[in-house]
Amino acid sequence: MPNILPAGKTAPEFSLPVTPDQKLSLSELRGKPVILAFYPADWSPVCGDQMALYNEILSEFQKHGAELIGISVDGVWCHEAFAKDRHLHFPLAADFEPKGEVARSYGAYRAEEGVCERALFVIDRNGVIAWSYLSPVAINPGADGILQALENLPK
Amino acid sequence: MSALSIPVSAEDHIQGDPAADCTLVEYGDYQCPYCGQAYPIVKKLQKHLGKRLSFVFRNFPLTQLHPWAESAAEVAEFAAANGKFWQMHDLLYENQARFGNALFVELSENLDLLPSQLQAAVTEGTYHARVRADFAGGVRSGVNGTPTFFINGNRHDGSFDFDSLNDAIEQILSQRTHARR
Repeated sequence: MPNILPAGKTAPEFSLPVTPDQKLSLSELRGKPVILAFYPADWSPVCGDQMALYNEILSEFQKHGAELIGISVDGVWCHEAFAKDRHLHFPLAADFEPKGEVARSYGAYRAEEGVCERALFVIDRNGVIAWSYLSPVAINPGADGILQALENLPK
Repeated sequence: MSALSIPVSAEDHIQGDPAADCTLVEYGDYQCPYCGQAYPIVKKLQKHLGKRLSFVFRNFPLTQLHPWAESAAEVAEFAAANGKFWQMHDLLYENQARFGNALFVELSENLDLLPSQLQAAVTEGTYHARVRADFAGGVRSGVNGTPTFFINGNRHDGSFDFDSLNDAIEQILSQRTHARR
């Protein structure tokens, strides 16, 4: 298992496509807490998968003013179809080219399989990692850790 | 390991003795096909374990995926207010393929509940807060999809087939037996 970046480290900057013609940079979100959810792949064959769960509880994240970004190595068109099918209301970033570069910078890349780990990061308003968690890849980590981390952020 | 943040209480829908050695809590969605698969498995566990097991059902409707999940949860809570939660819970899982308002009315009539009262409760969202409270508690407990099971308060991360759940429960029960000696 790789070592993901721990709390206290500055979150590496990135700029990734979130739609076929739009990019999102982490620095654009400075001033707000950010939740980065790296996950292995779109279209995992279960309902209530990790992204669907976060979609259901977006309002809980928004109570903390937090922005959620899902990140996998799938391309933008794949993300678009997946988001549409699951009615996702938050951006999915495509860590597609160079493949997995952002995931690697967070220590959240599985080189053997060529996909992201199931790793969570809560980044504070100043762009510093406040909490991170690496889940066994087969286990959906849920959202309790994220909510706890958001609550622990200084107001 | 994720643990149940809201302890089982009199507020819950519970089958069996609340003081049983093992309590199985399910966070479920009435329209979720996997919960539909789990439904007969839980019945089988209850039959197999008898008095040693109590079972609690809590709502976790994934409304963005399942358009009837929230209504179905409210229908079950409406039945609960009339003392018929488990009958409705079972009927909903046994009729997943026919979800819709017509079915909800039909099931209410089957249980001698007044469809007019059901309609009023759903329109006014009488049981919405209860369902949302279950959901929020589930999120805080690490519910990560449906169904999610907790065995004596600890999330069961294995599969929800009969053997996997039964083994996990038997393990708890044998620890209990040893502790008494």
